[in-house]
Amino acid sequence: MALGAYIGVSAALFALGLICIISRRNILYVLFGVEMILNAASINFAAFNRFNGGGLEGRVFVVFIIILAAAESAIALAIVLNVYHLMKTVKPSEADFLRE
Amino acid sequence: MDHPLTSLDWNLLLAVPAIPLAAFVVQIFFGRHLPRKGDWLPTAGMFVVMCITVRMLFVALGAAGHEPFFHESVHEGGPVFGWFYQAAEKADGLNLVAGVLYDGLGAAMLAVVGVVSFFVHLFSMGYMKGDRRYHIFFANISLFTFAMLGLVLSDNLLFLFIFWELMGLMSYLLIGHFSHDPDSPRIKQAAAACKKAFLTTRVGDTCLLFGMAMFYYHFQTFQFSEMWRLAAEEVARNGGEYPTWMTVAGLFVFGGTVGKSAQFPLHIWLPDAMEGPTPVSAMIHAATMVAAGVFLLGRTFPLLSPEVLQVVTVVGSVTALFAATIGCTINDIKGVLAYSTISQLGFMVAAIGTAGGAVGTVGIGLVAGLFHMVTHAFFKACLFLSAGSVIHGCHHEQDMRKMGGLRKKMPLTFTAMLICTLAIAGTPLFSGFYSKDKIIASAWEVVLGHGGWTGPFALVCLALAAMLTTFYMFRLIFMTFFGEPRDQHIHDHAHESPAPMVISLLALASLGLFGGKMWAMDGDVLGKHTWFESLTWHVDHETGETEQFLYPGIDLTQMNIASAAEARAHDPEHTAHIGHDAHTRALIVSLGVLLLGVIGAVLFYLLRKIDPARVTARLGRVYTTIANKYYIDEIVDGSVIRGTMVLSRTQTWIDENIVDGLVLLMGRIHKAFGFVCAWIDKNIVDGLVNLVAGVTQVCGSVVRMLQTGRIQQYVSFAVAGGILLAALHILS
Amino acid sequence: MDSLLKLSESTILTWITFIPLIGMAAILCVPRQNMSLIKGIAGLATFIPLVLATMVYFGDFQTGANGYQLVQSLPWITAGEFQVNYTVGIDGLSLPLVWLTTLLMFIAVPASETVPRLSKAYYALLLMLGCGITGVFISLDYFLFYVFWEVMLLPMYFLIGIWGGPKREYAAIKFFLYTLAGSVLMLIALVAMYLDQGTFSIPEMMAIGKAGAWTGPELLGMSFTTWAFWFLFIAFAIKIPCFPFHTWLPDAHVQAPTPISVILAGILLKLGGYGLIRGCFPIVPDAFRENAYVLGVLGVISIVYGAYVALGQTDFKRMVAYSSVSHMGFVLLGMAALTEWGMNGAALQMFNHGTSSAACFLIVGVIYDRAHHRDLNAFGGVAQPMPRYWALATFGFFASLGLPGMAGVVSEAMTLVGAFQSADTRFQLLVLISCLGVVLTAAYILWALQRVFLGPLNEKYKDYPDINGREVFSLAPLLFLCLVLGIFPFYLLDWMDTSVIELMSLLNPGS
Repeated sequence: MALGAYIGVSAALFALGLICIISRRNILYVLFGVEMILNAASINFAAFNRFNGGGLEGRVFVVFIIILAAAESAIALAIVLNVYHLMKTVKPSEADFLRE
Repeated sequence: MDHPLTSLDWNLLLAVPAIPLAAFVVQIFFGRHLPRKGDWLPTAGMFVVMCITVRMLFVALGAAGHEPFFHESVHEGGPVFGWFYQAAEKADGLNLVAGVLYDGLGAAMLAVVGVVSFFVHLFSMGYMKGDRRYHIFFANISLFTFAMLGLVLSDNLLFLFIFWELMGLMSYLLIGHFSHDPDSPRIKQAAAACKKAFLTTRVGDTCLLFGMAMFYYHFQTFQFSEMWRLAAEEVARNGGEYPTWMTVAGLFVFGGTVGKSAQFPLHIWLPDAMEGPTPVSAMIHAATMVAAGVFLLGRTFPLLSPEVLQVVTVVGSVTALFAATIGCTINDIKGVLAYSTISQLGFMVAAIGTAGGAVGTVGIGLVAGLFHMVTHAFFKACLFLSAGSVIHGCHHEQDMRKMGGLRKKMPLTFTAMLICTLAIAGTPLFSGFYSKDKIIASAWEVVLGHGGWTGPFALVCLALAAMLTTFYMFRLIFMTFFGEPRDQHIHDHAHESPAPMVISLLALASLGLFGGKMWAMDGDVLGKHTWFESLTWHVDHETGETEQFLYPGIDLTQMNIASAAEARAHDPEHTAHIGHDAHTRALIVSLGVLLLGVIGAVLFYLLRKIDPARVTARLGRVYTTIANKYYIDEIVDGSVIRGTMVLSRTQTWIDENIVDGLVLLMGRIHKAFGFVCAWIDKNIVDGLVNLVAGVTQVCGSVVRMLQTGRIQQYVSFAVAGGILLAALHILS
Repeated sequence: MDSLLKLSESTILTWITFIPLIGMAAILCVPRQNMSLIKGIAGLATFIPLVLATMVYFGDFQTGANGYQLVQSLPWITAGEFQVNYTVGIDGLSLPLVWLTTLLMFIAVPASETVPRLSKAYYALLLMLGCGITGVFISLDYFLFYVFWEVMLLPMYFLIGIWGGPKREYAAIKFFLYTLAGSVLMLIALVAMYLDQGTFSIPEMMAIGKAGAWTGPELLGMSFTTWAFWFLFIAFAIKIPCFPFHTWLPDAHVQAPTPISVILAGILLKLGGYGLIRGCFPIVPDAFRENAYVLGVLGVISIVYGAYVALGQTDFKRMVAYSSVSHMGFVLLGMAALTEWGMNGAALQMFNHGTSSAACFLIVGVIYDRAHHRDLNAFGGVAQPMPRYWALATFGFFASLGLPGMAGVVSEAMTLVGAFQSADTRFQLLVLISCLGVVLTAAYILWALQRVFLGPLNEKYKDYPDINGREVFSLAPLLFLCLVLGIFPFYLLDWMDTSVIELMSLLNPGS
């Protein structure tokens, strides 16, 4: 398979994640979107590693990203929980206190 | 001068003021705790002082007659005190070196003060018994004595002034003695009287201070002997005439005497001073305070120009007569004596004034005046203490109308008082005769020498005053001691005073009898040569030649008694005749007025042939004017005091409203200006700043609309931005 | 510099000045509840300077020596041409005032006991005030002088404004603005003179003045020195205070608490007189000589006018305040006469007024603490429950009245006689008029004594306790000084003599 195929999958995944972040009304879907974007990045790393000499660097990055994603989602969930406690909602459109 | 005083003598003289001072210090701090509240301490001290002063007087008398007795510690290695500077080397004019001056006048005065003060102390031990502030009284009276003794010994005008003022303070405290006593019915009057005494004399003191400044300006010294010498030089340089400034300065110095010696018109404090305890009155009226003014004239006589002496004559004569008239109308036993004192002081002052014009015996008036000060001290002290004894015996009743017939109840007091009344009336052989007779003689000499209108004026005033003196003094005696008791209650309880008081009375009475001349000793009964004269002035009664010992080295005949000297030089025979004539006439006048006065008093008050009430009714308004003391208190109150208060209130008003008002106005103007500035600042300057801010704000609010706070929108913008950038990149 | 100052480096003056400041720092570190420790520190920080100043008076200071003594000089601000030195030193004119300052500061501490709302800050400010005042007296550099002058101003403002009477804010602001106005004039003159001759050193400025070397331009028809003279004169005349710049004084005095009144009357007013003979007359002697008569007239107006206004007061403290105006008029009259006795009398009068008026304010404070009012007409017969107080009060007021045997008369007589000797014979008339003030002084003091102490006792005051030990402790040294200097005035005059002669030679180049 050519590199283009990998990038195509990755790009699609990224676009889906982005749409998910922008358009979904529930904040949990936003988190899913973030995960998808991270995974799109992982695919890119793995693909470029393979077509560029096959060293370890890309794969190590992927592992890091997976760990990071796990940590990130843990923190994000905690924030979501707090936001819910504070505002009794998980809809990003209603949680607009960044404005202040 | 050939026999300087020994160091023992100097030390004794220093001890004279030091002893009462020490007694004061001990008494004020520890008097309360000493046995008998410490009254014995100042009294014993004063006894020592009396012994010293009398001993020193005999030293002086021993030297007197053949040489001038005049000692200055500055020139004889006695005690000297560099007052302003000690370490710094100063020219004479800039430092003030104080020393002791002990001459004939000082010796006489010192002994008088010592003796009288001791007996007043002794008298007070009985009189003041049970007083609330007994120990304070003794402390104060001690310091009072100290001030007078210091004044007599001062060899310079500034120190004299200092003791002079100190005496003012002590009179304030002593006259106001009862102003602390809640039991005293006259507490308020006492408080007002002490203030009045200090203030009135202070007016005179300030005149004296200014006169001193004038003399200092020209002479650069305060020392008496130097001042006399320089005055003589100044007069000689001016062709025998006193320069005008000396007349002016002399008048200011005389102003001091007017205040202290209670001369018209500053006499008003003295009758009020009766609010003090009687021993204090005795002190003030006899040996201290009022005598200081006359003493000052004695010390500064060469500085006084003939014009000043004329003023002195007139003021003294007026005082003598007008106080004597008031004395006839007073019913308060102490009040009579107070006006009598003013009158007698007028005699002394007038006598010193006539010294300038008396041609027969040069300078007779000066000696007479000073001598009268000495004899008056004896009999007036005794009179006051006797009055005190009467008051004490009558349980503090002072109104003579409630007394009468006390002769048998208080025989010793009566004897003392009668002797002194005879003395003050000028009865021959009594001390007062020798001095008063000379005063009249001096006035006669001015008249006979045609020395201007002041001579007859003085003579008439003094003769009338002498007559009235006799009259009111016998009135006092008759009303108090003779006749029927007018208030039976007081009479029943009257009693003779305790021993210390009576001893004092009799001692002073004997001085009142013998103090003028020791005629019992030398047998020369009517002779002119008294002990005081031998100390101060040598007169050869055969030739009329005189030699004065008061101001050694100063020839007064070239100075303020020059007119007298000229008359002598012009026609010696005639002037000698005048001298003789004057003495004869004076004797006649003295005896005549004495008789008239006694007869008057006898008719009015002893035999009651004439009813005083009818006479007073006849006199009508004249009498009321005299009885109200010529309304002088009211006039002073209305003019000087009221005027001062008006000025004071005006200036206070000016200060609060104009001076301070200007300051506040400045403040208001600046404040108003500040408000204007604040308005400009707020609306114009700040407006510009706000405009800039406003524009920024508007821009901000527009941009702000993009800020929704929704994360998803932000991400959308980010993506859109990214796409836009990518598109731009690709397109370019 | 070396030629003008005798450089014997000594730090004792610096210690005297700054020990109160160290005390202030120490007080600030103490918790505010611990008042006894604070008072202890304040007492110590004022007592040590007193001891040191006494040692200087009787030990280190050489009487009869010319010039300034115990000089210490350090460069302080150096910015290119601009050079300010920390130069301190004393002569016979400043030494008595330094000593008096330390004494009154020490007395002020126990006298503060009854001040309402007393706190830690009070003592801190009091010590700072002490430092500022002493600093002014020892400064030999005009810039330093000015700095100390300002340092003293601020604590005074707060001491009146916070611990004063009912109208304290008004009084404090009035005081502050008046003095500040003077300071500004001083600063203007100071800067102008610096730009003219480039020095802040007072001895150098005096030398320039003596040589008549001020070269500044004429302005509005008045010469440079005349301008400088009037600016400096007004700055100091406000402090003296002389008519018509005196109206801050009664308000400040009446509102200030007793110890502050004591310091105000005792030393702050002396700053004005001292400033004139140190920082005004000898620096522009020509202008001074031209205007001496005007100064004499102002002095006499102060004497008589102050006495009249004092006579019209019903407030005890206000009366004493106006008596200060009257008494300080003698200082101005004596100085303006330009004679040795006049100058000596003026310098002596400053010290004597410092003791007697301080004593009078303490005396008024005693009765105020008991009655809580000062209305002269509402008292009466207080001498009966309080005999010891009456004795001390009489003593103090007679000292103020100028009774012989007490200090006041020496200086007043010297001033009057000295003024009479002035080469300008118009002064003789002034002396005559000021004699009126002497009589009026006796009048208002005696009248006040009568209204307060004598006569029938007002029942309200029947149970008043007599003066207590603490009050006597404050009062006794002052009364003692009044008496000692009245009998032995040479204890001051010997010390001042050489300096006065030097000053006269600066003012009268001809003689």
